[in-house]
Amino acid sequence: MKLEAASPSRSRERAGTDALTRDDRALLLRYMLLMRLSEERGLTLYKQGKVPGSFYDGCGQEAVCVGSSFVLGPRDRMCILHRDLGAHFVRGVTPDRYLANYMGREGGVTGGRDGNMHFGDRQLGCVGMVSMLPDMAQVATGMALTFKMRSEPRVAMTFFGEGSTANGQWHEAMNFAGIHRLPVVFVLENNQFAYSTPTDLEFAVDPVQRAKSYGFPGVSVDGNDVEAVFEVARVASERAREGEGPSLIECHTMRMHGHGAHDDMSYVPKEMLEEWAHRDPIELYIRRLTEEHGFEQQEIDEIRNSVAAYVDECAEKAVASPMPDPGVATAGVFAESWEPLGDGEAPWSRWSQADQGAADSGNGHRAANGHRGALAEHGRTA
Amino acid sequence: MTEMTYLQAISDGLREEMRRDEAVFCLGEDIGAFGGAFKVTDGFIEEFGPDRVLDTPLAENMIVGASIGAAIEGMKPVAEMQFADFISCGFDQLVNVAGKLHYRQGVSVPMVVRLPSGGGFSGGPFHSQNPEAWFIQAPGLKVVAPATAEDAKGLLVSAIRDPNPVCYLEHKGLYRHVKGEVPEGDHAVPLGEARVAREGEELSIFAYGSSVPLALQAAEELDEDIEVIDLRTLNPLDTEAILRSAEKTGKVLIAHEATRSCGVGAEVASLISERAFEWLDAPIRRLTAPDVPIPFSPPLEQAVLPQLDDMKEACRELLAY
Repeated sequence: MKLEAASPSRSRERAGTDALTRDDRALLLRYMLLMRLSEERGLTLYKQGKVPGSFYDGCGQEAVCVGSSFVLGPRDRMCILHRDLGAHFVRGVTPDRYLANYMGREGGVTGGRDGNMHFGDRQLGCVGMVSMLPDMAQVATGMALTFKMRSEPRVAMTFFGEGSTANGQWHEAMNFAGIHRLPVVFVLENNQFAYSTPTDLEFAVDPVQRAKSYGFPGVSVDGNDVEAVFEVARVASERAREGEGPSLIECHTMRMHGHGAHDDMSYVPKEMLEEWAHRDPIELYIRRLTEEHGFEQQEIDEIRNSVAAYVDECAEKAVASPMPDPGVATAGVFAESWEPLGDGEAPWSRWSQADQGAADSGNGHRAANGHRGALAEHGRTA
Repeated sequence: MTEMTYLQAISDGLREEMRRDEAVFCLGEDIGAFGGAFKVTDGFIEEFGPDRVLDTPLAENMIVGASIGAAIEGMKPVAEMQFADFISCGFDQLVNVAGKLHYRQGVSVPMVVRLPSGGGFSGGPFHSQNPEAWFIQAPGLKVVAPATAEDAKGLLVSAIRDPNPVCYLEHKGLYRHVKGEVPEGDHAVPLGEARVAREGEELSIFAYGSSVPLALQAAEELDEDIEVIDLRTLNPLDTEAILRSAEKTGKVLIAHEATRSCGVGAEVASLISERAFEWLDAPIRRLTAPDVPIPFSPPLEQAVLPQLDDMKEACRELLAY
């Protein structure tokens, strides 16, 4: 599959990929299940009154975040959105820290400073989202600017919903990334609703079409097909790494739950939900693994059971985590010193074969780089 | 030491830091070949190249947001707002992302936003504002406002080296009217420290930016025993220096060009009334712009911005109290 700037393609056919091993495929399923079961557990904790505020999940969208984040190497960076828990797991966050974050516990990723999905583990190369969307598209673009200035073969990936494409900041980020051909992968999760607003009230033309006007490829993909998402994200990140610039990937999917647990989704036609229920990304993938990749049902069951047991264990740990000490509420507004982000886990087998860090030319975060002319070079050749 | 203008001192500080540290780079509108609307980066593109003197599209949220991303990855961006007023278009990134990242996630964001501020030249409502109080209301942002050439350089250097987002307010009225001796080479003025601009025993004027030279001139012309404290950093405030002077003189005038309500003056006044009330010999007074947009026509603008006569009159009244 190739991303073409001139012709955004809509591909619903199955995207075959040779890039995944059997173990990779088992991992893709594992991460999607880990997201589904962790969020189900989170919802239970919410119903038990253990979660302050509301509860938000990405049920039905697991393939988008797992498939796309799976392509990233350790030194790549991510800004993850609130329907993308699987991406946090791929990068190395554990479910206990996610659940503890929802409960405002000390053991949460933010230690109670921020709630629900507003987190990112800086030690794992992630910068957490804010509620204003799509603000993190700008931040990811700035990280990509740095990679380009230092001629480092690294990628910044960020997510936003189709609702975000109506906001001016979306345009600002796309435009700037296009001007400088920055190594950023924009993942557009079209889950059909911005809270309660349907797409026909969000835009007149599918936003993936706009990529062309920013000078980079836009491609639509079945967001419930984890390997299809993986494959377009793989191509997009390789393009970015090779200096060919940004890509916009639109993943068609469906938000199967309300905007939050307080939302009964009365505005969603029943038939629409029923239709999408038949396209559950996890069930679809299990079918493919058994029908096309020689997985036995027993193996699938083992994966599911081990994930369930792990989530149980993590939930216990989260519930046991204490509430934060009120004495720390006013600490940490300002930094005493700058510290680099840590690197994320990179479970795709490609990365155990070739260490990305060794391939990078700019290992020192603040080291003099000697690549000052990268953006200028582009200006001359574009 | 070299004599230079306030504007030259800003350029000098920026140039020194860019020479010293390859991570420092500038971005903003028309800062490259054109050298910036006020020529702060004049000649920079020739020395540092277009990557480190990056002309951006007209997109303030992107300028701030890209600076955040770059800062997180170890760069030290110095973003120029063409006018301080335009930060309203980049406000979301500044207050919601930059200001809160360390508190929420332990991510430090070492960046500077340069904000050419202030009126006095018929810039009208969108080229004359003094928006410093906006930033002080947004936790996580440091705010500095130099009044002298020496501090213009030294505070900019410290702002660039600070691991936090710093709003650097450079008053346009001081650019070419204020001159002074500035140390050559490495010169940093610590953030968070006020400066005694003039010693006195009878009255303290707390001022910053354009109000400092105005206060000094008023004190000289009145020939009274007036102390002038240049706050220099507005967040974090140098509370000890403020209380020390207020307790010494017992009379307090707070002067700034920014509008009155919930401004820096209100904060300084409440600090003194909470912690030095027993030392006061007169009600605390403020000399500020009224709560109106800065008008365009010269007589209207002069009626709004604090003038020398206003400063002298406020001093006389307090001294006579």
